[in-house]
Amino acid sequence: MSASAVHSLWTTAAPIQKIDAPTIEYAQLLPTLIVIGAAVVGIVVEAFVGRKVRYYAQMFVTVVALVAAFAAVIGLAAGGHASTEAQIAAMGAIAVDGPALFLQGTILLTGLVAVFTFAERRLDPEAHGNRVDSFTAQAGSVPGSDGEKAAVKAGFTTTEVFPLALFAIGGMLVFPAANDLLTLFIALEVFSLPLYLLCALARRKRLMSQEAAVKYFLLGAFSSAFLLFGIALLYGYAGTVSYAGIADVVDGTVQSIDPALADTMGNDALLLVGGAMILMGLLFKVGAVPFHMWTPDVYQGAPTPVTGFMAAATKVAAFGALLRLLYVVLPGLRWDWRPVMWGVAIVTMLIGAIVAITQTDIKRLLAYSSIAHSGFILAGVIAATPDGISSVLFYLGAYSFVTIGAFSVVTLVRDAGGEATHLSKWAGLGRRSPLVAAVFAVFLLAFAGIPLTSGFSGKFAVFKAAAEGGAGALVVIGVISSAIAAFFYIRVIVLMFFSEPKPEGPTVAVPSPLTTTAIGVGVAVTLVLGVAPQYFLDLAGQAGVFVR
Amino acid sequence: MENLIALLVAAPLLGAAVLLCGGRRLDRGGHWIGTLLAVVSFAVGVLLFTDMLGKDAEHRALHQSLFSWIPVEGFQADVAFQLDQLSMTFVLLITGVGSLIHVYSIGYMEHDERRRRFFGYLNLFLAAMLLLVIADNYLLLYVGWEGVGLASYLLIGFWQHKPSAATAAKKAFLVNRVGDMGLSIAIMLMFTTFGTFAFGPVLESTADTSEGMLTAIGLLLLLAACGKSAQVPLQSWLGDAMEGPTPVSALIHAATMVTAGVYLITRSGAIFNAAPDAQLAVVIVGAVTLLFGAIVGCAKDDIKKALAGSTMSQIGYMILAAGLGPIGYAFAIMHLVTHGFFKAGLFLGAGSVMHGMNDEVDMRKYGGLRKYMPVTFVTFGLGYLAIIGFPGLSGFWSKDKIIEAAFAYDDGIRGWIFGGVALLGAGITAFYMTRVMIMTFFGEKRWQPDADGNEPHPHESPKSMTIPMIVLAFGSVFAGGLFSLNESFVKWLEPVTQFEHPHPVISVPAITASTVVVLLLGAALAYVMYGRKPVPVTAPRGSLLTRAARRDLLQDDFNHVVLVRGGEHLTRSLVYVDHTMVDGVVNGTAAGFGGLSGRMRKLQNGFARSYAVSMFGGTAILIAATLLMRAV
Repeated sequence: MSASAVHSLWTTAAPIQKIDAPTIEYAQLLPTLIVIGAAVVGIVVEAFVGRKVRYYAQMFVTVVALVAAFAAVIGLAAGGHASTEAQIAAMGAIAVDGPALFLQGTILLTGLVAVFTFAERRLDPEAHGNRVDSFTAQAGSVPGSDGEKAAVKAGFTTTEVFPLALFAIGGMLVFPAANDLLTLFIALEVFSLPLYLLCALARRKRLMSQEAAVKYFLLGAFSSAFLLFGIALLYGYAGTVSYAGIADVVDGTVQSIDPALADTMGNDALLLVGGAMILMGLLFKVGAVPFHMWTPDVYQGAPTPVTGFMAAATKVAAFGALLRLLYVVLPGLRWDWRPVMWGVAIVTMLIGAIVAITQTDIKRLLAYSSIAHSGFILAGVIAATPDGISSVLFYLGAYSFVTIGAFSVVTLVRDAGGEATHLSKWAGLGRRSPLVAAVFAVFLLAFAGIPLTSGFSGKFAVFKAAAEGGAGALVVIGVISSAIAAFFYIRVIVLMFFSEPKPEGPTVAVPSPLTTTAIGVGVAVTLVLGVAPQYFLDLAGQAGVFVR
Repeated sequence: MENLIALLVAAPLLGAAVLLCGGRRLDRGGHWIGTLLAVVSFAVGVLLFTDMLGKDAEHRALHQSLFSWIPVEGFQADVAFQLDQLSMTFVLLITGVGSLIHVYSIGYMEHDERRRRFFGYLNLFLAAMLLLVIADNYLLLYVGWEGVGLASYLLIGFWQHKPSAATAAKKAFLVNRVGDMGLSIAIMLMFTTFGTFAFGPVLESTADTSEGMLTAIGLLLLLAACGKSAQVPLQSWLGDAMEGPTPVSALIHAATMVTAGVYLITRSGAIFNAAPDAQLAVVIVGAVTLLFGAIVGCAKDDIKKALAGSTMSQIGYMILAAGLGPIGYAFAIMHLVTHGFFKAGLFLGAGSVMHGMNDEVDMRKYGGLRKYMPVTFVTFGLGYLAIIGFPGLSGFWSKDKIIEAAFAYDDGIRGWIFGGVALLGAGITAFYMTRVMIMTFFGEKRWQPDADGNEPHPHESPKSMTIPMIVLAFGSVFAGGLFSLNESFVKWLEPVTQFEHPHPVISVPAITASTVVVLLLGAALAYVMYGRKPVPVTAPRGSLLTRAARRDLLQDDFNHVVLVRGGEHLTRSLVYVDHTMVDGVVNGTAAGFGGLSGRMRKLQNGFARSYAVSMFGGTAILIAATLLMRAV
């Protein structure tokens, strides 16, 4: 750099470039702002409110925030932001449109139900006269140490889980609405980091929980690195990180080329490699094969309420982001990404279903089931039609409630060591606790996609969209995988109802109204969406248009 | 007026619903509800009938469209009713005889603790049977058809504590399924051929349809009729159906339900008229069954089973007449109505006898009952005279016409054969009915105390039972003559069924004369065999034919050897195939996936480093595949 140029940086009277203050449409970002704001409030509560009432204060803040945010989403949708008034807010960073609002609503509702299961305090026997939840007394104490014992004795509880959950939900709200790659990345980190922490907080089997958290963190960081690298490559390709801007370059409609990027702009290799890396980052979050390996370990190790929350809400958020990326940024590349996604969907469906067959732990079984479901949803994503979008939205809504409900039931079946997750212990559960077993059977039937459950409506919708979108072969494989998957779902039902209970079998804890509500909502949504899905299909259909 | 049609079905249906859902609270008065609603239905029928008489013959048919049942593009099924002269005849018969039998059952079922349920089933039967005859399309007819099958099943097995009753109900149900399958396939064929099930369009467009298709539909309809009307080869259930309470035998298995096959063939007359081969099959079935039932009736000692054989035989007459085409339809229906009167009367008489004889059904243990139950004797006797076709009584008018029409089948050998069979049947009828009459009411008393020392004390039945018998006896005596007066019945039905005068191969007076001679011969033979010498209490061994006839001409043995054994062999071989091949494939697939699963789960080794390698490899493949896609 020449001396005069350096000099000019701080001496010249050349006109100072004016920085415009960004315009932020606060009203349209209200759901996210409420949740993030409440999370901050939660931290303040954690710092200043007494230990005795902290639990109640956190519960109050969290529930009020989630309900208020949901009301804000409804308000925005009623105000037409889901359809005619859809727009890009916050200087192009956030899209406020039908899919975004639909998914945010889903995330908020599943988050609310999940928070109920977080707050459950009646399942474990009381420790030293204190009611305890699923979370460790003091996360910092070494498992099995004297410090841990002291913390338990003192009645400590990790009420930080509530603000952590709120932060995660806040990130998830932004994730499917992110309209540029940097916002996407920030949102990803904002919801991932609290989840890593939450995974480590189990009260029982703490080592396993911490191992799961570390694995999740390592692999998550690994995938984030790919994602970030992909973002960099796309920036090199398009000279912008905005979705619309990249799409313009892909379509070839952009005229002005940034001189600084003249060498790389429009280089398709950058686009393809970068796009594939970003896809990989999102596929990791949805648990698609071959980026699924973390799922079983983390689902098994994490505290079960957290597992339910992750399995439901993360999937919703990640699929939302994936949809937006494929439909807004890369529609011009449809012929490039579709075959690749075909392959991913096929192996995801098949491997998820096949490996689940030999699982002996109910949480790992549900983890593989969630992998298989990711494959089914990918089939709808691949449809690349408006019906594809709405079928995926519907499927996500239906699936998330079933998932939370199922994991909530898992928290009820307990023995001396905490949750009895080994399948052999579930034998004869139907004889001992017919209601719990029947409810779980409903969820399993929904997972299997049996008619009159939401699983059938959802699967039918995505397969129909996929078939109409020209992916008939994918549908055939999807149905075959469903058949394979049905085997292990039905096997659990058979195990529960048609085998003799073991004498030293687990007991079924009677939960507080919190978990009961979570399970009840799950059953209700499962049956309503199974018996009368049309209203919600229409809703998803109306919400299925992305703003660009 | 047409808005009343639905009420015909609605009233008994309401009764069935109330009685079957009402629970024990209705135990005390339930039978009155059932009877009242049957009478309401009858009253509506009479009202509609008088209204119909007030119109001229061509404009009597009424139509009521209730609602659209299955509205799918290209597949329109409506719940709509059609009440024309043919349906009206059935409505009056069903509700009239039905009401009488409701009244009769009040007395007959007095000591049965499940009487409420019995009346519920009876009402259900009435509703289904009425639906069958007033439906305006084949699909709705099928609903009624299945409904009467259900009611029949429930009522045959009403005394389900008796294994024989439960078995008989099951047998009736299974045999009927074979026929029902014929009807359902026929309806499907109709839909593919005509695009609709409604009587009007289907029956009007037979001219444009190939004869082969019409023959197929006709034969399937005949199969259905054989099942419901107990015609050879689906006749085997009717005898066992007598396990049901006697009012059921009278109403369902004599007067109404078993005639549904005749209704079906008559209603579908246009199809059969255009398919002579199917028509010939109908006539043959009728002729064979006519003899079959009559022969079985000669050998039975169980009074109800003898009457059941007779029912089969008389329906054979009707089917035969219906197969003759326009020369026979009206007589088939006329015989159906007169038969409804006298056969119901005979069954009620039999029930009355059983009522007085501690439910004994073996006629060899009756004898001389005319002194003990005079009303039953007289009404039964009139029914007897009617059924054998004694000149002047109902059966004479209707059966004689059928014999004439049978002789008119064609000018050649077939006319002689079918006419001869019908004539022979009349003789056998006279023989077996005289036998029943003599064994029951004449001769010396043959009953003895049973194992517990209870000796029957035969007595006349209560009024609620005798009054229906008397009413039916009036029908047995006068109905036929009334119908034949000025050919009024034939003219009444003519707009629906068409009518042509038969031209028999021999002159009509000769036929009438020979009919009378044959029936006198039959009756005389029976008198010689059973009236002149005492009837042994235990049945003699009898000739080969007698023994075969006692076993229903080996129908069950035939079914067992051919169908049951054959079916068993077939299922066994299918099971073998299923176990070795199908299960082999299925289990092999399952084992294959299980093994695959076991191998694949080993990849999940728990090490974050190998997971990361998998992700790295996956990304590499993803990128490579994307680039490759662009390259090709």
